[in-house]
Amino acid sequence: MAFNYDEYLRTNKMPTLWCWGCGDGVILKAFIRAIDKLGIDKNDLCVVSGIGCSGRFSSYIDANTIHTTHGRTVAFATGVKLANPDKTVVCVAGDGDALAIGGNHTIHGCRRNIDITLILINNFIYGLTNSQTSPTTPRGFWTVSQKVGNIDPTFDGCKLAEAAGASFVAREKVSEPKKLEKVIREAIAHKGFSFVEAVSNCHINLGRKNKMGTAMENLDWIDSITMPKKKWDALPDEEKANYLPTGILKQDKDALEYCEAYQMVKDAHQGKRGKITPEDFKKKD
Amino acid sequence: MSDTREVISSGNDLAAMAAVDAGCRFFGGYPITPSSEVMHTISDLLPRAGGAAIQMEDEIGGIAAAIGAAMSGVRSMTATSGPGISLKAENLGLAQMAEVPLVVVNVMRGGPSTGLPTRVAQGDVAQAKNPSHGDYKSITLCAGNLAECYTETVRAFNLADRFMQPVIVLLDETIGHMHAKAVIPTAEAVKAGIKPRRTFDGDPKDYRPYDVPQDEPAILNPMFKGYRYHFTGLHHDADGFPTEEKETCRKLIDRLFRKVDEHRDEIESNEEYMLDDADILLIGYGSASLAIKEAIGRLRAEGIKAGMFRPITLWPSPEERLYELGQKFDKVLSIELNQGQYLEEIQRAMGRKDIQKLTKTNGRPFSPQDIIDKVKEVF
Repeated sequence: MAFNYDEYLRTNKMPTLWCWGCGDGVILKAFIRAIDKLGIDKNDLCVVSGIGCSGRFSSYIDANTIHTTHGRTVAFATGVKLANPDKTVVCVAGDGDALAIGGNHTIHGCRRNIDITLILINNFIYGLTNSQTSPTTPRGFWTVSQKVGNIDPTFDGCKLAEAAGASFVAREKVSEPKKLEKVIREAIAHKGFSFVEAVSNCHINLGRKNKMGTAMENLDWIDSITMPKKKWDALPDEEKANYLPTGILKQDKDALEYCEAYQMVKDAHQGKRGKITPEDFKKKD
Repeated sequence: MSDTREVISSGNDLAAMAAVDAGCRFFGGYPITPSSEVMHTISDLLPRAGGAAIQMEDEIGGIAAAIGAAMSGVRSMTATSGPGISLKAENLGLAQMAEVPLVVVNVMRGGPSTGLPTRVAQGDVAQAKNPSHGDYKSITLCAGNLAECYTETVRAFNLADRFMQPVIVLLDETIGHMHAKAVIPTAEAVKAGIKPRRTFDGDPKDYRPYDVPQDEPAILNPMFKGYRYHFTGLHHDADGFPTEEKETCRKLIDRLFRKVDEHRDEIESNEEYMLDDADILLIGYGSASLAIKEAIGRLRAEGIKAGMFRPITLWPSPEERLYELGQKFDKVLSIELNQGQYLEEIQRAMGRKDIQKLTKTNGRPFSPQDIIDKVKEVF
């Protein structure tokens, strides 16, 4: 029997405002299948999004949903999660949302290792507002704010997340929906901050002016700049910068999760344990 | 058993205590002088009470986390000073638009910009009326003494849940850092007076959180209880879902005003001090009122009959009472630790331009003598 997405969607609010062929729909479906496979009750799920095309992601899901201000997704979600540690909290943000205006919250969400999954939809452009340069726009690409070609260096969100302390980091692309579903599922199941970069197409506002004006051309380009981590690992170092590795890039199951750490604070204040000392954080052998 | 207790504390500590006694279980903040003690104290109190306090990466994150917790249904607070309000402004607008109850304590210091971080001012009064862009109606309370740092914070939580929007509690550096005896309600009395937000208890299929009478706030159930809906800062329909439908948009903003305007009697609070036989009306609020009261005593000893009107709820302003007082008193002096931010509202409400003003923006509090001298100079 075909999978019933409708159970998880606000079908009365359809169609979505996304363009025909947009990868956001693929990510939404992968996300829903992941939630279904994990058996998460939609009453126990909170989805938080920011501003941009990705900002509308939360609104279509029949769960507890929040559409926040630009870039602040992880900060709002931190409040939801810390106040409700037993619930599932997922953020969805774009590359401009989570890496530019909201970069600080992304960094500190990763650092705290709070049990939130951040799905960063990377389409390499500000799509909703018509093609401004984003932190992930490749150099030399046309953008409406740099019409002779983008000179700004490109940000690797996964490297940032890894360095900032996220305990789960993965990247997948919309042309591999089954793999995308799998990494989202593993990200949500992972206890700690999970960062998933979902590489997506924006053939309308990235593609048209960069010689890939159809969804397929844009997806082919994404395929040409990505490769599975195992293959990427085998590349000579000088070639690695030309490709984005896909798959699970980091998973640390032992890292202390923030809500669990905060329980130590509660216990200390309630006299159930002594004060927290550096010894509490020494990794066990 | 008495409903009150005597404590020796500071204004900032009392605001933190009041929050926890009023059922606040989440705090998100960021250090800023002169309000940091609110965070210091609540960071001890909340985990003891089973809640959580988090120091976020910046002011924006502080209010965002607090709003997130409030959206989930938990009474929630942030605290800051003027520069922090400037940074939090956009998210205050989201809380107005999505109708999220939140208490924001602002311990005012000198500004603009970094200004005089460790000194007193009442420079954020105009900002409190419209901290964020767009059309909405703020509720702002202003503590005029130590005990009110406690009681007004408690009141703010009940008003936030009643009107489903942020409520700002203005302290200033003088009151926030004042450390003395205060008589405040017992925690039990506060708990007994908690008025939680309204909820919908019917079939989730019939639940439309923003489909409410035009003078009432949204009915937003706590999350995770089977009533799923959407929060957004966009104009939205009865389900909270974004819309551009023109009548829905008009009605939404109209309701954000009317839910406050048509219930001013539930929000307004003033103190009238020795006004009955007075010839001179002094208007002031916050810590300035302490110097005004002292000055009134000394003026009266010299035979000059002055009295004070003190708005405790600054926004919405007590415009009808101000109008009546403007009709009754010829001699009116407005006293503020800014360049006259509330004076404009007094002029508007009274319909008069001949209000005398005493202002100060050098970071120092008023002395009673400042006020006595001004009264003798202008009247």
